Amino acid sequence: MAGPPHLSVERVTKSFGTVAAVDDVSLAVGSGEFFALLGPSGCGKTTLLRLLAGFEAPDTGRILIDGIDMTGVPPYARPVNMMFQSYALFPHMSVAQNVGFGLRQEGLAKTAIGQRVAAMLDLVQMGDFAARKPSELSGGQKQRVALARALVKEPKLLLLDEPLAALDRKLREQTQFELVRIQEQVGVTFIVVTHDQAEAMTMASRIAVMDAGRLRQIGSPSEVYEAPNSRFVADFIGAVNLLSGSSREIAAGQLVIDTPTAGTLRVVGAAVPGATVTIALRPEKISLAREPAPSTENRHEGVVREIAYLGSLSLYRVELPSGAILRVSLPNTARLAEPPFARGERVSLSWAADAAIVVPE
Amino acid sequence: MRAIVNPRPGARLAIAVPFAWLLVLFLAPFVIVAGISLGESSIGIPPYTPPLVFSDGLVPTLNVNLGNYALLLGDSLYIRAYLDAVEFAAIATAICLALGYPMAYAIARAPRTWRNPLLMLVILPFWTSFLIRVYAWVGILKTNGLLNNLLLASGLIDQPLPLLNNLFSVELALVYSYLPFMILPLYATLERMDPALLEAAADLGCRPFRAFLTVTLPLSLPGIAAGCLLVFIPAVGEFVIPDLLGGPDTLMIGKVLWDEFFTNRDWPVASAVAIAMLVLLVAPIALAQRAIGRGVGAA
Repeated sequence: MAGPPHLSVERVTKSFGTVAAVDDVSLAVGSGEFFALLGPSGCGKTTLLRLLAGFEAPDTGRILIDGIDMTGVPPYARPVNMMFQSYALFPHMSVAQNVGFGLRQEGLAKTAIGQRVAAMLDLVQMGDFAARKPSELSGGQKQRVALARALVKEPKLLLLDEPLAALDRKLREQTQFELVRIQEQVGVTFIVVTHDQAEAMTMASRIAVMDAGRLRQIGSPSEVYEAPNSRFVADFIGAVNLLSGSSREIAAGQLVIDTPTAGTLRVVGAAVPGATVTIALRPEKISLAREPAPSTENRHEGVVREIAYLGSLSLYRVELPSGAILRVSLPNTARLAEPPFARGERVSLSWAADAAIVVPE
Repeated sequence: MRAIVNPRPGARLAIAVPFAWLLVLFLAPFVIVAGISLGESSIGIPPYTPPLVFSDGLVPTLNVNLGNYALLLGDSLYIRAYLDAVEFAAIATAICLALGYPMAYAIARAPRTWRNPLLMLVILPFWTSFLIRVYAWVGILKTNGLLNNLLLASGLIDQPLPLLNNLFSVELALVYSYLPFMILPLYATLERMDPALLEAAADLGCRPFRAFLTVTLPLSLPGIAAGCLLVFIPAVGEFVIPDLLGGPDTLMIGKVLWDEFFTNRDWPVASAVAIAMLVLLVAPIALAQRAIGRGVGAA
């Protein structure tokens, strides 16, 4: 992010009644970024998007776009366009009229509008559908038209509210890459709101994780996955085993933690001795074996209780002697009719000291 | 496909009931009235000779009389009454639209908890008989009525205003009586509209008033058409309002029809008036229905 930020949100708060939908949020987005606002439903991500579009006004704080304060600027005067979750295509206008709507408001010449609409429809591969009405389009086609309509005005900021939520799974995955391609082609800053962490991680260069109106963490997809800064982020992004314990000492650069559920663990990290800590351990970072691993660190015995076969990988729920369950995922690298471990089988679990991370409560 | 060709007995019954209703209570009376309109007025019971007579109980003798329709065309009174009725109804429809649209819009945009109470207020007048409500206007509008007394007492006027028995009182009562029929279908279309459409218009650089003209108004056309029909059609044939509140200059066709039936006891002419009114109304209804159909198809 070179130079001054393209968009900066400065300590913005927005309450509905007594509930703070957006609570003291500050963030900066650079030009040309693909930025995702990620969080569970009701976390305030859509309200934040509507604040950027100008449909809501912040109670306190301000929003700047290219250094210009947007306070009091109505939606129709902002250099921002939005793609609505419902697409909000005008049902009485054709595809071309929908896409040209924003340009007509600028009072452009008819021929110029026609050219830009045609170019934009080509970009989203909807050139053959210009004369159709929205009611004659499939969900995926409507989504493309909505995108074209929002992009044709060349906004400084494109806001996308759950852009893929209405599409079926296969089309959604395809469209994720399509959106990234289009974003790279037009170079507009995209801010996408989503509750789907896989979607955010696929598309975005940076992710802001929100919960209960607050920003919990901002970082690249691998940062928020591998180095979550809180129990909430670790738990929300992907599957995770969370183990509580108290730190004993730091030995050989490793933190030694006593846990009631999994005995003594060694983790690369830092904590004050005696402090209560939570460690987050991703299921794919745990190895399963029939024979105990040679290393004695972070090695446990367990019994396979449940197996979920997902095709590309299998999920195991392994019970430790304490009764605690650890989730383990293993890729199915070989073509086997049966999973390599059977239900009820005794197994040895192990993981490297740097596989887990200490997260604050 | 078979299910469509051979509907289940329940479905057949569901279609048969309204079908029979229309057949018995609309089509049959229509045919009878059309028959009477081709007959000749006579003194007796019934006071006309039917156009189709079975002499000796067997041989059908056709005695069609088109004179009643010729009379309608020849006498300027009828033509004027038709045109006036259409004109008054059109004015009332326009005023209802001008008043009803903002009201329907406001109700549709009101907080959800407010909408049903507000709609209740719109329908509230129906709890009192239409006839009584129209008659009440006589008491309000007459020379020494409520309104004139109020204005005189307040010193705004020193002579009672001629509020009754003129075009003003007829239009006032038409608008008052039929406004709910405009508001309800308009509300139904406006309430269904996705609020995100207006946000999308604003987001694309459209100012609020222009967004109304380019988005809200075209999308509410089916509601406008339905509301206008619901007001215009009964207003054209209205009899009670011109009878109670109208003066000598407000000769509406509904009142002419009444007079032909009950004052002149000329059933054939009265029937011809009714048939002509129906035919004159069917054309605009059919056009409007097609417009609504297209509007729905586009939406």
